[in-house]
Amino acid sequence: MQIPHTTTARPETGLVNAKLGIWLFLASEVMLFGALFSSYILLRVGAPVWPHGAEHLNVPLATLNTIVLITSSVTMVMSWASLMMKNFDRYKLFMGLTILLGLVFLFVKGFEYGGKFSHGLFPRESTFFAIYFTLTGLHGLHVLGGIIVNSYFWGSGSKMWKTEPERFTNRVEVAGLYWHFVDLIWIFLFPTIYLL
Amino acid sequence: MEHVVTSEHAAHGIAHTEELSFWRKYVFALDHKVIGIQYLFTSLIFLLFGFTLMMIMRWQLAYPLEQVPIIGKLLGEANAPEGIMVPEFYNQLGAMHGTIMVFLGIVPLAVGAFGNFVLPLQIGAPDMAFPKLNMMSYWSYFLGGVTMLSSFFVPGGAANSGWTSYPPLSDIATFGQTMWLFGMVFLITSSLLGSINFIVTTIQLRAKGLTFMRLPFFVWAQLVTSFLLLLAFPPLEGAAVLQLMDRLAGTSFFLPSGLVVAGQPLSVSGGGSPLLWQHLFWFLAHPEVYVLILPAMGIVAEIIANNTRKPLWGYKSMVYALIFLGFMSFLVWAHHMFMTGMGTVISTFFQATTMIISIPSVVILSALLVSLWGGSIRFTTPMLFALAFLPMFGIGGLTGLPLGLAPTDIHLHDTYYVIGHFHYVVAPGTILALFAGIYYWFPKVTGRRMNDVLGKIHFWGTLVCMNLIFMPMFIQGLAGVSRRLYDGGQQYAHAQGVLHWNVVMSMAAWALFLFQIPFIINFFMSIRKGKRVSENPWQATTLEWAAAPSPPPHGNFLTTPEVYRGPYEYSVPGHEKDFTPQNEPDKV
Amino acid sequence: MGGTSVGEIKKHVKIYVMVFIALLALTLITVTISSLRLGIAAAVIVALIIAVMKGSLVASYFMHLITEKKVVYLALILTAVFLLALLFLPLTTYYDRIGK
Repeated sequence: MQIPHTTTARPETGLVNAKLGIWLFLASEVMLFGALFSSYILLRVGAPVWPHGAEHLNVPLATLNTIVLITSSVTMVMSWASLMMKNFDRYKLFMGLTILLGLVFLFVKGFEYGGKFSHGLFPRESTFFAIYFTLTGLHGLHVLGGIIVNSYFWGSGSKMWKTEPERFTNRVEVAGLYWHFVDLIWIFLFPTIYLL
Repeated sequence: MEHVVTSEHAAHGIAHTEELSFWRKYVFALDHKVIGIQYLFTSLIFLLFGFTLMMIMRWQLAYPLEQVPIIGKLLGEANAPEGIMVPEFYNQLGAMHGTIMVFLGIVPLAVGAFGNFVLPLQIGAPDMAFPKLNMMSYWSYFLGGVTMLSSFFVPGGAANSGWTSYPPLSDIATFGQTMWLFGMVFLITSSLLGSINFIVTTIQLRAKGLTFMRLPFFVWAQLVTSFLLLLAFPPLEGAAVLQLMDRLAGTSFFLPSGLVVAGQPLSVSGGGSPLLWQHLFWFLAHPEVYVLILPAMGIVAEIIANNTRKPLWGYKSMVYALIFLGFMSFLVWAHHMFMTGMGTVISTFFQATTMIISIPSVVILSALLVSLWGGSIRFTTPMLFALAFLPMFGIGGLTGLPLGLAPTDIHLHDTYYVIGHFHYVVAPGTILALFAGIYYWFPKVTGRRMNDVLGKIHFWGTLVCMNLIFMPMFIQGLAGVSRRLYDGGQQYAHAQGVLHWNVVMSMAAWALFLFQIPFIINFFMSIRKGKRVSENPWQATTLEWAAAPSPPPHGNFLTTPEVYRGPYEYSVPGHEKDFTPQNEPDKV
Repeated sequence: MGGTSVGEIKKHVKIYVMVFIALLALTLITVTISSLRLGIAAAVIVALIIAVMKGSLVASYFMHLITEKKVVYLALILTAVFLLALLFLPLTTYYDRIGK
């Protein structure tokens, strides 16, 4: 039994099912992070004092991390473009880089957290730290999820290239949309928490 | 529920020829019909459990501080020493009754069961767009349910801060509250996966010729409901994460500065806002009430069209009203917060949006009512339930008006009036519609009909008892009796004049249980011994009846249907039969 | 995206590189401006504008939103409206309070 429009677009909408599905999922993620941003706004506005991000957080390190994540977005889209150009080796290279950069991001994050913990600064310290750890933590979990999915598509999942190259390319595109979204959240998270 | 796939079906090339193991076929099923039935049984069991919790509560309300009969000793020393329930246990019953009924009962039944089973059939699709995601939805729901139920057995018992889990109380509540939060995460995940599936399926898998304005109203209702679930649930998930952080990591997202508990100042950073929880919670919970009602309206619309033998009146207006309703539902939530100290400007905004949102509701209800005019009404069991829905939802909706207007809400907020209002919409409202749906689609699922005599006993008993339970709540609420009082208001002077209603309501509640017995017997008996019927016993126009066998095989249709007309072409002049199915081409 | 030729993809790649450079530049700009410690209102507005610019670049080009279909746009516009409600309406109950 075949489900229609898994690989060929429905003419009326111009979409395959997975493309619409992932965008709807991303819409729900916008609302999830939106709720946390809304919490940040309400907590900050209601606070008698609120530190500037640079007072407590390592802005240069986070700037580096921002560049790491943006670069990983480029390598991700390049990995998809490589598949579109039927270059599997190039795909492997770029996807591998994407995964690596994702791991670097998490490593730097872990280093940041470790620095805070060693100074006795935990989420319970203040609402500033509470929202800092929660927002970046949830984002970090999403990065981890993306790394896992990308690793599958780099590793055993890439076998599909031999049997159904177009379907595999679509899958990488869908994974890419998720990865870019994770980058997009950071683009807003970074200035909010670190630069204001 | 056996799908008998004969060799003729196999010859048409759409049958599933490999034999699946028991686990793949019935447990980790990928077929939307099996998953729908899984949701059906699980949600009905949860509904029964939530009902039982309420029956125990109603003993306490009618006979406060008296030993709970029969099961009193079984409740345990912590909950009911000497069989007399303690307030903390009453609060557990209250919080879990609400949670279980809404999140484990009604929504999984209305959306998970009905949506899953009927939607692909009504749009002419072989299954949902993402069968594996569908399976994960069900199991995530199941895990959420297990988490919620097992919370009764942990030290301190289940969550007891209301189904609304307001902090600061919920922040400092016992471990059961943490389990509630994890349970909610599972349930929200289930919802999210399901809503993505429903939306993509409806947009992408419609049969040829099935344009949006030819969709059965049931499908429209499920589509709008799915958008509500998709976009409104994540903020509650965010709030749950924040509350988990407060409870497990010692943060103060919802704890204001200077909070004192049992005479001791809490050693937390403070600086948080209890109102933040309320905003995030109600941002979901308001659209959630439309999730509770829209599928019911969808079911009632199908049954009314079918049993009046005429098209729905105002189909287009109903669809536009539905879309507008869904949109507005995101902009009214703070009407649950009128008493939190908001100023008149913002209060006016939310009162205005709340009044505006009543318009599409009235449009839909009116259209359904007008649809009856001039119809050849067949008083089948589903039709009885569907007809009763209309005035019951009317009462529920109308009683909401004084709550949506702040000046009257001052007196009615947090009283039994509120409980009466929302139960009218959900119990004699949605639940009656869901029963209607069960009687209506039973023949499609099983190839047999349910017994009409038992059905009519079930109907009348349920209708009368539900009114006896919920109507007096308005009286008590108007007298000022607060909700969530473990002794039903006994200690308050202003409650004395209306206390006797507690006994009436409790008796009616226990009687309501008795009237569900004919339904339970009917349901199980009819699966095996019900009268066998044809593929389309109701002579309906929609694809699930007109184009699929009963029960439908894997892949649903022997030949892929094509649609030529709208969903309710009943009694079309010039046509032989009084119904013209959607997949019947024009005679050339 | 079946039917896209290798030549077209190569054009896309050029755009990806340009977007990358723009993103790097905007990142450095936003960090530099934050070190100026402007008043909170100005700081928020500037940071937001730059973040929206960066986000739009990622969405439009990396996520191909600029050539996406109507259905997706519809879902996203709806989401944007509800996001704005979620971000700003709770604030109104903070600013408009009884007895403030």
